[in-house]
Amino acid sequence: MAQISREEVQHLAHLARLELTDEETAHYAEQLSAIVDAVARVSDVAAQDIPPTSHPIPVTNVFREDVAKPGLPRDEVAAAAPSWEDDRFKVPRILGED
Amino acid sequence: MSSTTNTRMAFDQALERFEPVLGLETHVELGTASKMFCSCATEFGQDPNTQVCPVCLGLPGSLPVVNAVAVESTIRMGLALHCDIASWCRFARKNYFYPDMPKDYQVSQYDEPLCTNGYLDVTVATDDGPREFRVEIERVHMEEDTGKLTHAGGDTGRIHGADYSLVDYNRAGIPLIEIVTKPIVGTGALAPLVARAYVTELRDLMRSLGVSDVRMDQGSLRCDVNVSLAPAGEPWGTRSETKNVNSLRSVERAVRSEIERQAAVLADGGRVIQETRHFHEDTGETTPGRSKEHAEDYRYFPEPDLVPVAPSAEWVEELRGTLPEVPSVRRARLQEQWGISDLEMQTLVNAEALDLVEETIAAGVDQAAARKWWTGEFTRMANEQGVALADLGITSSHISRVESLIADGSLTDKLARQVFEGVVAGEGDVDAVIAGRGLVVVGDDSTLLAAIETALAEQPDVAEKIRGGKVQAAGAIVGAVMKATKGQADAAKVRALLLAHLGVEG
Repeated sequence: MAQISREEVQHLAHLARLELTDEETAHYAEQLSAIVDAVARVSDVAAQDIPPTSHPIPVTNVFREDVAKPGLPRDEVAAAAPSWEDDRFKVPRILGED
Repeated sequence: MSSTTNTRMAFDQALERFEPVLGLETHVELGTASKMFCSCATEFGQDPNTQVCPVCLGLPGSLPVVNAVAVESTIRMGLALHCDIASWCRFARKNYFYPDMPKDYQVSQYDEPLCTNGYLDVTVATDDGPREFRVEIERVHMEEDTGKLTHAGGDTGRIHGADYSLVDYNRAGIPLIEIVTKPIVGTGALAPLVARAYVTELRDLMRSLGVSDVRMDQGSLRCDVNVSLAPAGEPWGTRSETKNVNSLRSVERAVRSEIERQAAVLADGGRVIQETRHFHEDTGETTPGRSKEHAEDYRYFPEPDLVPVAPSAEWVEELRGTLPEVPSVRRARLQEQWGISDLEMQTLVNAEALDLVEETIAAGVDQAAARKWWTGEFTRMANEQGVALADLGITSSHISRVESLIADGSLTDKLARQVFEGVVAGEGDVDAVIAGRGLVVVGDDSTLLAAIETALAEQPDVAEKIRGGKVQAAGAIVGAVMKATKGQADAAKVRALLLAHLGVEG
């Protein structure tokens, strides 16, 4: 079983500016380990001769013409926002930023 | 933020003890009509959140599609920098937690940049004449710009008691290219100038390629400046990264300031901390910023929503064929063609008038006159109004019309300046301003003679002097006539008429 340590969970939580209790940290460490284990099962079937695959379909160069089109009306954007002020998304101040 | 003053060592002294090593990461917004991965417009200065859609807002289920022109522009930039163009590369997700990207990641390129291993030659003026440096390019890659945060409350004091940020995503998703140099060594005391020359040359190159208008005042070119000092005899020191240096002058100042600060730290027996620092325009100092995530913290992985980019050799060669003349080569050619000195060319470049002057000369205006107008009167007007020279509203056809009116005697230099003032003030084209302001050269001899006689009568002593052969005294009478005609007479003609009238040889 893969081991995601409590320190790794704490580090991730710090990057995400999340405060976790000791119980939460232990809980997530266990869950994340289980997720990594599940994904790692791919290695059981992927032999050396199978390269890592990011895109299953061999398609390249899908491009769009550089033409500007109207996006969403702002009232729709505002309606979907959890918090909105002065025509902008309102978000908590990020600690440690300036 | 608390603003601490750094201890510094005098620049010359710092350079005696340490060898600076530079690295520059330059982000440039491409001048495409639409964003990198969606069709939203990219216009600067629009109302907040009016150029957004499900893709650039990171709404579930939306899918990005690459802008063809952005790829083309990046390849052309790579070619102009003599880079190798990857035959196959992918985008990557750079994951981080900050609300400037609503997706919680920025689409960038990581270990597979589109362009690698190039160079850009730059020239720096020294006391011993120009010196050329080759700045090697590590990579040029594509990514998307982030949204813009405005912090409310806290130390900005905009709203008391509040402590939150407001986000405008109009800029999120605008195509960016990032150009990263290899370590630049061997510049010594010229390091700040080399850094500035490099960014200047890069800017000119982008403009000549037409891939970006590179408006530094609008933040379309931003520079991260890495500086380290190696103690004598050692290859490397620890570097600091100064983020978001946004003008050519600041690039030079940031390098200088970091050399002076790090030298003082090292000389004091301290260690330079590898950190991100912020540059302050007002003081020219850097202060520590947030501790930077390490590359592994970004958990880069290939972007599954975008297929790989695989430019064919034919496409790359076709794009190579569209490359314009390199700016340094063009400057040398124009200088030769116009027969102007190094200093005169430098004046044009510094005034950002080269393109405008070339255009004006192409419109049939004499090169000396074209240079005089753009670097003199127009530069003054642009500074006064706080706009770029190119945005003044004066075109080569305005200048060509005014110059032809000067040539046939319908305008004097002085009146011409008034004409341009009118054009800039939005009073219409050259002929409309002339008609509107009633700007005509008072040219008929009888009107001028009448004014001359009046002036002579008012200053009989001056008249005597001139009659007595003191030709230089004529200036007083010419001045009076110019005043009487509100500056609309041709001074040389007045002087000739006056002398003829008094029967004195000029």
